Amino acid sequence: MYRLGIDVGGTNTDAVVMAGRSVLSGVKTATTEDVTSGVIEALETAIAKAEVDRSKITYVMIGTTHFTNAVIERRHLSPVAAIRLGLPATACLPPMVDWPEDLRKAIGGHRYLVRGGHEFDGREIAALDLDEIDRIASDIRVKGIEAVAISSVFSPINGAMELAARKRLLESCPGLRVVVSSDIGRIGLLERESAAIMNASLLELSSRTVEAFRSALQAAGLSCPFFITQNDGTLMGAEAVREFPVLTFASGPTNSMRGAAFLTGETDAIVVDIGGTTTDIGAIQRGFPRQASTVVDIGGVRTNFRMPDVFSIGLGGGSLVRRGPDGSVSVGPQSVGYRITKEALVFGGATMTTTDIAVAAGKVSIGEAAAVSSLDRDLVESSIAEIKRMLERGVERSRISPEPIPVIAVGGGSILMPSRLGDLTVIRPENFAVANAVGAAIAQVSGEVDRIFSLANGLTREDCLRQAEEEAREKAIRSGALASTIETIEREDVPLAYLPGNATRIHVKVVGEMGGIDA
Amino acid sequence: MLDTSAGFLVDEGRLDALEIGAAVLGTGGGGNPYIGKLRAREALRQGYVMRVIPLEALPDDAVVVSVGGIGAPLVSHERIKQGSEGLRCVRALEKHLAISVDAIVCEEIGGQNAMEPLITASMAGLPVVDCDGMGRAFPEMQMTTFSIFGHCSTPSVMCDPHGNAVIFEHAISEKWHERMARACVVAQGGASTLASAPMSGRFLKQYSIPQSYSQAIRLGEAVVAARQAHADPIRAICDSENGEVVFRGKIVDLKRKIEGGFVRGTVMVQGFDGYEGQVGSVLIQNENLVFSRDGVAEVVVPDLIVILDIDTGAAITTEMLRYGQRVAVLALPCHPLLRSEAALEVVGPRGFGLDLAYRPMGRAEKERKPS
Repeated sequence: MYRLGIDVGGTNTDAVVMAGRSVLSGVKTATTEDVTSGVIEALETAIAKAEVDRSKITYVMIGTTHFTNAVIERRHLSPVAAIRLGLPATACLPPMVDWPEDLRKAIGGHRYLVRGGHEFDGREIAALDLDEIDRIASDIRVKGIEAVAISSVFSPINGAMELAARKRLLESCPGLRVVVSSDIGRIGLLERESAAIMNASLLELSSRTVEAFRSALQAAGLSCPFFITQNDGTLMGAEAVREFPVLTFASGPTNSMRGAAFLTGETDAIVVDIGGTTTDIGAIQRGFPRQASTVVDIGGVRTNFRMPDVFSIGLGGGSLVRRGPDGSVSVGPQSVGYRITKEALVFGGATMTTTDIAVAAGKVSIGEAAAVSSLDRDLVESSIAEIKRMLERGVERSRISPEPIPVIAVGGGSILMPSRLGDLTVIRPENFAVANAVGAAIAQVSGEVDRIFSLANGLTREDCLRQAEEEAREKAIRSGALASTIETIEREDVPLAYLPGNATRIHVKVVGEMGGIDA
Repeated sequence: MLDTSAGFLVDEGRLDALEIGAAVLGTGGGGNPYIGKLRAREALRQGYVMRVIPLEALPDDAVVVSVGGIGAPLVSHERIKQGSEGLRCVRALEKHLAISVDAIVCEEIGGQNAMEPLITASMAGLPVVDCDGMGRAFPEMQMTTFSIFGHCSTPSVMCDPHGNAVIFEHAISEKWHERMARACVVAQGGASTLASAPMSGRFLKQYSIPQSYSQAIRLGEAVVAARQAHADPIRAICDSENGEVVFRGKIVDLKRKIEGGFVRGTVMVQGFDGYEGQVGSVLIQNENLVFSRDGVAEVVVPDLIVILDIDTGAAITTEMLRYGQRVAVLALPCHPLLRSEAALEVVGPRGFGLDLAYRPMGRAEKERKPS
């Protein structure tokens, strides 16, 4: 029984074959324009290297940054009609009001406001105006728009109006792709609505991409189900990704952090991923990345996805090292990036980089050590101290408690990492280069509930938490989790400030091992 | 007559600056001004004009009405306003009292309430007066200099997105007004807009915190300029506001709970950058109330205590505080009006149930620099 993990990034496609907890093989190949051929090359090489029987591969897990990149680059986006149910409320800020102009143009800027929506306590703001939905349907037909995003005020509490509007639209426009915001986000209208609109604009691309994955696996003779990792490091079935591509937006850093934690066997740690230009730092709690509490900006749009709380500092293997007139040393944020193999001193170039400093200090042997042997010792030592200081600051910022937890160093630039940072020990896993693909291969299944509960009719906080947990379990099981392995990893309730004591926002998340459903 | 050419116009750049400045003056609370800023920006793009006039331009007999949002910040991020609530409040008040309003004033410059007066005034074709009733943020309606110095805030009008307008004819005390208003907010869906009984130009000149808008905008502009020049934004805030960095360090402990609708708690900061070996703490009740060093209270409400991200200079609201954040604690002197005995009764430590005497911060005696 084997698992195949694949990570499709903007530059590289990586694959690993795993048996239980061990990595049998890991390979790195270039991502191709058609996606399919790159995936085939990566998985064929990985399978060959692992020397396993491919009929014994039971699951394929894929991580991809394809959809994030589409939004950031404004490519492959379809026109969307954004319909909001909420009038008379919300009239002053129509959908996409805070989007960058170029992105709004890229998807057409079609927006409609309709009477409807709910209050925080479940009352209707207004009855849903179905006549208006019919008028919008004919407008959509005339304009030839094929994707729609529907948002409704407080739909995370009551999503019925979004569903009713979708049904009505489909009656007159069968074949329309319709996304409802309550399937995607949490309280916070603009952020949830923006996510639904982006999702609708990606549906065509997600169909094509999922198809590309499917045909790559078929071509390789793999008939087992395949899954794609989402923002929180857990899995979605391929069909779910076809419907909800935005839920993969942060899977890149998540997989890398989860993979790093797995490779070291640590469940509570700080992961430091040092690349060529930047270092990404984040914390792992109980095996999952700690999530950001602030809004996350994607391609210039505010969203309220639960994303890993990763922050970047301008330090990498290609960072420029310079000495100021007063003798002080500065490192980064400028970097030679991928040109390091031409421009760094040890590669015969003329630019002093952090890699040159590491070589000069004898920490690693790369390129021509002679090219840096004449570097001033003071300069080397101050640079090493500065790099350590930058990493220490970053790690301190990610620490969530005074408990000493390990620091896991991954990425090509991890030669810059000292063996200790302050009171913390540094661990370097072996297969660090393919941590992303490992993160995908080990992903679990989750179920999540986040909404406002009313403590009316004698219901207690505990009753509501239990109800939320039950709903989350059901969601996880529907997504393929084995019931016996499900555990609750997040459980919080936040009473709402300035409202009477009968409203509380509950967030519960459960995870379990992948059981086996058809995808 | 009101001189309508006095003061300055607010453009999109100044709105961005006001968003930053209002967050700093929110002293950890007051709500996020982002949605309000978007609404104000849309109003500007629709051609409405936002003018802020100095107090001095206000005739003694001018009729001025304060407008602000009231309710749960979470609701205002989901059920966004219809847009003309403030205008409808003002019109209903004018009709009820048979008056004609000359200008709009802000109750609370700190946080999200900085934006509503600008939006309402621009729609009504009126100016906003460059002052407010707090010079910062406070959690309750009666905590304004207006109420403290004898203004009775009823009759008032509360409007919701539906078109409902409620008149509070009379409250026997400001506390009663607050209590009834909160009940009505819940019926209206958790986030409403309130316009209070008119004040005279004479009253405002005596009892408002002057230059609130120009101060908040100046503060925001100083932060933006510092960021662009890669200079220290915290230094810029201090220089702009006669403030003082009282502590730098890392958050090492954080206790927070919700009690009676308020966020209460304490944040502990382990010192560095010149504060090694010291422990700073900030007592929180929606806003930052008391800063202590090694257990001794040093800066006390109503002086302003602001917790800033040490790298970006961004103000951190109480719900966003986290273990491990590297922060600077900044103290800004409050306006002398808030240091009067009458004001300290309401917004001093005892007003928040703290057994602590108010001691003006370091440069207490020095008045704020005029702009």
